[in-house]
Amino acid sequence: MTDLQHVDILIIGAGPAGLAAAISAREDGIESLLVLERESQPGGILRQCIHNGFGLHRFKEELTGPEYAQRDIDRARELNIPIECGVTVLSVSPDRIVTCVSPTFGLRRIEAGAVILAMGCRERPRGALCTPGTRCAGIYSAGTAQRFVNLEGFMPGKRVVILGSGDIGLIMARRMTLQGAKVLACVEIMPFSSGLNRNIVQCLQDYDIPLLLSHTVTDIRGKERLESVTVSQVDQHRRPIPGTEQVFSCDTLLLSVGLIPENELSEGAGVQISPATSGAVVSDSFETSVPGVFACGNVLHVHDLVDHVSNESFRAGHAAAAFVRNRSSQPVPQAFIQVKDGAGVRGAVPQKIRPDPVSPVTIMFRPADVYRNATAVVACGDKELLRKKAMIFTPGEMVALDLKPELLRGMASTDTLTVRIE
Amino acid sequence: MDNYADILIVGAGVVGCALARELSRFQVSVAVVDRGWDVAEGASKANSGIVHAGYDAVPGSLKAKYNVEGANMFASLCDSLGVPYSRCGALVVGFSDEDRKTLELLLDRGLRNGVPDMKLLSGEEARALEPNLNPAVTCALLVPTSGIVSPYELTFALADDAALNGVSFHLGTAVSAVKPLPDGGFLAETDRGPWRCRIFLNCAGTSSAVFHNQLCKESPLKITYRRGQYYLLDRPKAPPFARTIFQCPSAMGKGVLVSPTVHGNVLLGPSAEDIDDPTDTAVTQSGLDSVMERVRMTWPAVSLRTNITNFSGIRAHEESGDFVIGPVPGCPGAYETVGIESPGLSSAPAIARDLAARIAEAEHLAPRAERVPYRKPLRPFREMTPEEQQEAIRKDPRYGTIVCRCEVITEAEIVAAAHRPVPAQTIDAVKRRTRAGMGRCQGGFCSPRVAAILSRETGIPLIDITKNGGESYLLTGTLTEEAERRNQA
Repeated sequence: MTDLQHVDILIIGAGPAGLAAAISAREDGIESLLVLERESQPGGILRQCIHNGFGLHRFKEELTGPEYAQRDIDRARELNIPIECGVTVLSVSPDRIVTCVSPTFGLRRIEAGAVILAMGCRERPRGALCTPGTRCAGIYSAGTAQRFVNLEGFMPGKRVVILGSGDIGLIMARRMTLQGAKVLACVEIMPFSSGLNRNIVQCLQDYDIPLLLSHTVTDIRGKERLESVTVSQVDQHRRPIPGTEQVFSCDTLLLSVGLIPENELSEGAGVQISPATSGAVVSDSFETSVPGVFACGNVLHVHDLVDHVSNESFRAGHAAAAFVRNRSSQPVPQAFIQVKDGAGVRGAVPQKIRPDPVSPVTIMFRPADVYRNATAVVACGDKELLRKKAMIFTPGEMVALDLKPELLRGMASTDTLTVRIE
Repeated sequence: MDNYADILIVGAGVVGCALARELSRFQVSVAVVDRGWDVAEGASKANSGIVHAGYDAVPGSLKAKYNVEGANMFASLCDSLGVPYSRCGALVVGFSDEDRKTLELLLDRGLRNGVPDMKLLSGEEARALEPNLNPAVTCALLVPTSGIVSPYELTFALADDAALNGVSFHLGTAVSAVKPLPDGGFLAETDRGPWRCRIFLNCAGTSSAVFHNQLCKESPLKITYRRGQYYLLDRPKAPPFARTIFQCPSAMGKGVLVSPTVHGNVLLGPSAEDIDDPTDTAVTQSGLDSVMERVRMTWPAVSLRTNITNFSGIRAHEESGDFVIGPVPGCPGAYETVGIESPGLSSAPAIARDLAARIAEAEHLAPRAERVPYRKPLRPFREMTPEEQQEAIRKDPRYGTIVCRCEVITEAEIVAAAHRPVPAQTIDAVKRRTRAGMGRCQGGFCSPRVAAILSRETGIPLIDITKNGGESYLLTGTLTEEAERRNQA
């Protein structure tokens, strides 16, 4: 085993979250930082997202995924941020010793003043659904299919059914169609899509691909390669309704049935995980339950837009920089204002706020259902701190509520904020 | 010219491969054919992975004999072949006075079969050992010698050892018919041309009765295809049970179990249903529901949130209820193992040892003087100490590239799997040999990378790489081809 190396901030992952966190930490004057990336190039999942629509909020431009990533990669290069690719982190200890492996350096241990977790998320596989049928070839998560098409130049199939209407599934419906495949249907078990509305319009409606809401796949057939799937309507309890079966003859089933923050390293470090987000429980500085370990981007909670990932990660990078600089001078807060999910709210982040914050706090969450002409409310007991009205709230689009510091002034750590939709 | 081997074994399951390995000790040519595209493609890859202690089989039956003998061979066999095996023990739990009577019967059978150290426990005593057991459990039989094994890894190891010692494997080769030749020996028709042999050995699992009946029309056997469906859960941080938990057996089998696996996952199942198609390894909603109904009796707090996959295996149940092992009656030179259902895995080493010895004696086989020593699979990176990991990467930098991140499988391990004596040629073959793709993302991340490595190592073009052989191709074309096709249209 080689000697213990030391860096002030170590960032795991060079996707949009890791890059933004590294950039902001460097801009705050952190000299000693290192980004570790398991792929051969930085950019994360954006590398295979060759469609446009990225950066509308942050750059006021419509970029492709690789273009969006390149802006951060270029900025990181300007700032001489070291990004080591082909390096897989094996573990993070509670005292922030990171063990990683690469073909060139072998096994290394790096002690970090602060660690920023930016590993992103992974797709839920078929096993998570317990869908009956055979285990034939031709069943892919949408992202795996996207990788084959966009990065490797291969077509994974010709006649396609898509289960789940998450954004990657919608994007792949269009992508497969443009490449000559026939997309027969996009099947969604919920009565609404969890994808962005613009993707439903631009990726399904524009190509006459039916979106079957309140439907699911109830059987998968094919001995070697997929031959057909059975699609059934479901009742309000998401149970298949007998007699509604339709059989689609197809060679490919793409699954776009949800994303899971990839927190195996975080759990190994002892980071408390929220059951609502499957990501870390963090404070408004994006610090996890383990001091000096921060989390941002899709490893913290699954975002709808990369712009939000970047903005969140810039703040996490600033916070980690402040932690490294101030750790001897500032006491670590022991008590926090708690943030709880109220009616209609799933997975509000951050879950806790330091008393008397000096900068604004943004609470983000996904609505649990579709709500029309509704109001998102942040309240402390009977006192409403903030109300935000909208024509529609949907699970596919995150809600961000900005709380100015003065709204939180004087609140004690015994106080609890509730976020709800009414 | 026809293919020829002195001994032709039909079926590359655990029994066929164990027999191939035993027969490789003699001066004969041995060939193994199987319709699957890998060894262990039938029941041997999809079962509970239990090395049964031997309390369940009726005393005096072949099942009892071979189970107890076989189970005693596992520790040293698995050690010498580098196969994961653990003697984790078992509890058979009961919920009523009637169940208690069944447990007493099992205890009695176990004693008569020679199973050591069994003990009847009260519900409280059982829960003291396994706190996650249902409070409704009133009695239990503790069986310390019950074990768990990775059934397909055992089969690969047996096949590899056989192959190192001259046995040839012909996969993706389906035998349709076998007949004795007038001048002695046999002719087996396959979809890849005929095979001739001096000695025919039927280890064909669900098809074993077909070949028996072709060779021995006077006393036909009947195999029922009994499907068992399973759930496989992700490795929990704290295993819910240290032991295999059985419920009382029924006429359909040993009932639904909850068991740790040798790799730290949790296995739930199997269901039991008789089906018509011996290749229909689908899972069904009703089958899965029946498993969960029974599992909740053992483990009320079970959650499927961490389910990784569902699968099913098909047991070959012979009408008599016992194994049929030995020479095919009235057909000199033909031997068979028919109806090898549970405890077939536990029995396989003993069946192979015994039947190979009988064949060698009857057929006057001369032993080989020398044996090629077994070459254990590459040590999994995840099981090494940091110092060993460092050394491994220094010697082979491909150990430094993690291909499957859920299970922490390196490129070196995948490359090695593609160059085993019985090489991995498909994504599933790599998965079962290395665990790449066995984890929580189910190959979503690693399968394109495994396909690329496999293509590079085997010379099979990426477009022709399959999940599991045959028509189970991963890709249907390149983007360029697709564009050309559309331009022409």
